[in-house]
Amino acid sequence: MREKILAVIEKNSRISVKELAALLGENEAAVAAEIDQMEQEHVICGYHTLINWDNTDEEKVIALIEVKVTPQREMGFDKIAERIYQYPEVTSVYLMSGGYDFTVMIEAKTMRAVAQFVAEKLSTIDSVLSTATHFLLKKYKDHGTVLCEGPQDERMLIVP
Amino acid sequence: MRNPLSDTIVKIPPSGIRKFFDVVSEMKGAISLGVGEPDFDTPWHIREEGIYSLEKGRTFYTSNAGLKELKVEICNYLKRRQNLEYDYNTEVMVTVGGSEAIDIALRAMLNPGDEVLIPQPSYVSYVPCTVLAGGVPVIIELEEKDQFRLTPEKLLEKITPASKVLILPFPNNPTGAVMERSDLEAIARIIEEKDLFVLSDEIYAELTYKEKHVSIAEIPGMKERTVLINGFSKAYAMTGWRLGYAAAPEIILKQMLKIHQYAIMCAPTTSQYAAVEALKNGDDDIARMKEAYDERRRYLLHAFRELGMDCFEPYGAFYMFPCIKRFGMTSDEFATRLLQEEGIAIVPGTAFGDCGEGYLRVSYAYSLQDLQRAIARIRRFVDRLNGESSDGCQTQKTGNSPEE
Repeated sequence: MREKILAVIEKNSRISVKELAALLGENEAAVAAEIDQMEQEHVICGYHTLINWDNTDEEKVIALIEVKVTPQREMGFDKIAERIYQYPEVTSVYLMSGGYDFTVMIEAKTMRAVAQFVAEKLSTIDSVLSTATHFLLKKYKDHGTVLCEGPQDERMLIVP
Repeated sequence: MRNPLSDTIVKIPPSGIRKFFDVVSEMKGAISLGVGEPDFDTPWHIREEGIYSLEKGRTFYTSNAGLKELKVEICNYLKRRQNLEYDYNTEVMVTVGGSEAIDIALRAMLNPGDEVLIPQPSYVSYVPCTVLAGGVPVIIELEEKDQFRLTPEKLLEKITPASKVLILPFPNNPTGAVMERSDLEAIARIIEEKDLFVLSDEIYAELTYKEKHVSIAEIPGMKERTVLINGFSKAYAMTGWRLGYAAAPEIILKQMLKIHQYAIMCAPTTSQYAAVEALKNGDDDIARMKEAYDERRRYLLHAFRELGMDCFEPYGAFYMFPCIKRFGMTSDEFATRLLQEEGIAIVPGTAFGDCGEGYLRVSYAYSLQDLQRAIARIRRFVDRLNGESSDGCQTQKTGNSPEE
């Protein structure tokens, strides 16, 4: 049941427990209990809304930063990541295989703010060797959803 | 000037669904639950194969019966899913949708005056195609008490010495009914005894939600009497590609092929290449879409029952067939009012035969969000109707309505 619940709410977290239970053909109380349990176990970590900020008046700058680090004694990747993700402007941090170690995504109001963050906060962390900052120009698809166009039903209204 | 028209075609009434379509088209902002085709796009890898075939300049006719590669894949598929063995060379042909296969199968089998047994409610083309082929349609009215399955009793009742072909439209549009193995076995004995042939329209074969679909051709003694029709429209969300197929005994298929050869030439080449990809690598897509339909099916069934609308549980296709008899209106009246008052377009059951009276065909080939929105409006409508009848405004109320 877990996997089935997750598959549905990953795409639609606004669905009510009652509707979810009907959809899955499960008991409502059991579904509610399972969701509770998953929240406690931190399987479900939050409920977010997918927003296309480009369609609002809000100015936002998103940057993807490649970060190379040198892990040291007592200071493995996890510790370094923790120092990075504590900053509120950092929206995600991933450990990578390949040519660099972390992908850090940050969101700020202006490019200057991003530059300031990289120069003053990120680069100054002891273990950080180098950074490469890429600014995001446009989001086409995010979390499996195409953002640039609304869903359009082009079928005829009545088909036998 | 003489009358330019054929009497046969003029006598055929226009599709009942057409009238409703015209009304709906004029409504702004209507939400439709009236579409009989998947809401999914054709999976990308299948579309890509179509595009690729165009890029490579594969823009010629194929052989009349279809690409050899496709016919082989169709046979593999029927073996894999239904455990049916057909010879790709003599027993399978590719058609322009399942619709063409229905038409040419009837034309290949019927002599003037032969009777065709047509269970209803069912898809709109069986009766006109029978008439056009010179046959006489004999309607078998299915009932909700049998879960809209074809029972041996109902079949026997309509068989005459002139009966030749039985149409088996399962999984069914519009009811969502299925025939399970035991149901098929029960009618197979009669088919054999009365020496009938079967036109089995299995276009929804992949969309069953209880047991795997069983084809009548799987029942011993039936394959040699059956024209099995299937296609790509519903299983792979490929309606616009217009591609179906028929598998049948050589003696029938040979004649079908003759009609196809003179009237159609061959099915669209681009679509045939795409279909090869669908059959080779599309099983996961089917599973994914079927799971989505099944969720919506459970959701809608729950929602309708909560609204106090009786609805038997459909195990196939992507339709619900809720009963509206307790509101004391005809299907047409109910659908028209629902459209005018709440902007919801649902096809009245009568579009699929007179015995669809008292029912609506609700399609769940829509996203869950669309269905939620529609249900909210239907709830408002039903609440209002309940209010009317308890106020006594509604005089022609049926007796068995459980008041909410």
